[in-house]
Amino acid sequence: MADLRYEAPETLQAAVALLAGAGGPARVLAGGTDVIVQMETDLIEPSLLVDIKKIPEVRQITAENGGFRIGAAVPGMEIMEHAALNKAWPGVVEGVKLIGSIQVRGRASIGGNLCNASPAADSVPPLIAAGAIARIIGPNGTREAPVEAIPTGPGKTSLAKGEIIASFFLPPRPVHASDAYQRFTPRTEMDIAVVGVGISLTLDAGGTCTAARVALGAVAPTVLLVQEAADALISTKLDDAALDKLAKAASAACRPIDDKRGTREYRVKIAGVLAKRTALQAYERARSN
Amino acid sequence: MTKKYHISTNVNGDDYEFLCEAQQTLLDALRDELMLSGTKEGCATGDCGACTVMVNGTMVCSCLVLAVEAEGARIETIEGMAKDNELHPLQRNFLELNGLQCGICTPGILIAAKALLERNPDPTETEIRYWLAGNLCRCTGYDKIIRSVQAAAKEMRGG
Repeated sequence: MADLRYEAPETLQAAVALLAGAGGPARVLAGGTDVIVQMETDLIEPSLLVDIKKIPEVRQITAENGGFRIGAAVPGMEIMEHAALNKAWPGVVEGVKLIGSIQVRGRASIGGNLCNASPAADSVPPLIAAGAIARIIGPNGTREAPVEAIPTGPGKTSLAKGEIIASFFLPPRPVHASDAYQRFTPRTEMDIAVVGVGISLTLDAGGTCTAARVALGAVAPTVLLVQEAADALISTKLDDAALDKLAKAASAACRPIDDKRGTREYRVKIAGVLAKRTALQAYERARSN
Repeated sequence: MTKKYHISTNVNGDDYEFLCEAQQTLLDALRDELMLSGTKEGCATGDCGACTVMVNGTMVCSCLVLAVEAEGARIETIEGMAKDNELHPLQRNFLELNGLQCGICTPGILIAAKALLERNPDPTETEIRYWLAGNLCRCTGYDKIIRSVQAAAKEMRGG
């Protein structure tokens, strides 16, 4: 392995300058639960690692304009233990809760889960369903992008050289709104999603759905935001006809691979079944708050 | 010549200094630089939990932490679990109830179980099984591990 240099800057500007000025391959180190494994198994050979965990902005969860800002490197365990986040965004927390083991979640972050760009990343569908916005700092300043615009394919993102995701903004929650994330795996723990579904719903006082976002994981090269699936729920009370329409739209959007965890046909079918279950869970939560 | 990083850290209450390369893991540094070989390598990819240690109070796989990240950290390993000649109740109950066979997973499981009991002194069997889901054991079938943790928890609660 070529010489690897480790830097742990204390500001985002310094981190961006290091990454933008890197002569060879450079990686951001947050929790390291993907990057270190990829280095150990020689999948990547960076010449520079920029550890961003000493930068305060990426390590905090703060209230902002009625919503939340979650630092990109906040470890999963801290997200899981944040009471207000659990109440406002239980689906986002469910996604985080399914990333690896407790040991892994002691380090793994949602910024890393997104930038690793696995189509099966568990925190990504609920973040997309939530309408989360990533704040990206780069050599040309700050820009914001919806989470669904970040991954472009397995292992690939739309981030330019020198750009870092600093944080995610989760918008304010109206009353009668909630979310859920469910995944299907052969085992209950320590497994990778065959299909993952994140759904966020807003209802009116009578229980009719006024807004919905449906995101599907592990069924395409990137996590999908499926407008037709959301449209199936809007203006309904999630009756059987609406749920059947949702399942059909979810299955129709899938472009999955065949692998040891599931065949193409199986994933397409499961996506519809799981979308129904997840929608009902989000609906029950939304009605009770 | 490969650049070396000078690291000052604290393991089990003792201050240590060592030199490491940037890509060296904390697991390798513990075993090869500090000669604390109680922490075991299973998979080296964060799947098995054999290398579990506490870093600044958080349970992590030491194979997924870089040694350079240990600068200024407070690390707890299996070597710090017994106090003088007195085994920790978890260690004693694992011995008495045969919670181990080959022993490779045991240091990681003991560290993880101790972290659980500090948060939750009276966990249910389900809570123990979920908490230890990231610690694989290929010998025991887990049942004796669970019984050992339950017995230690009971003893530590004073009952």
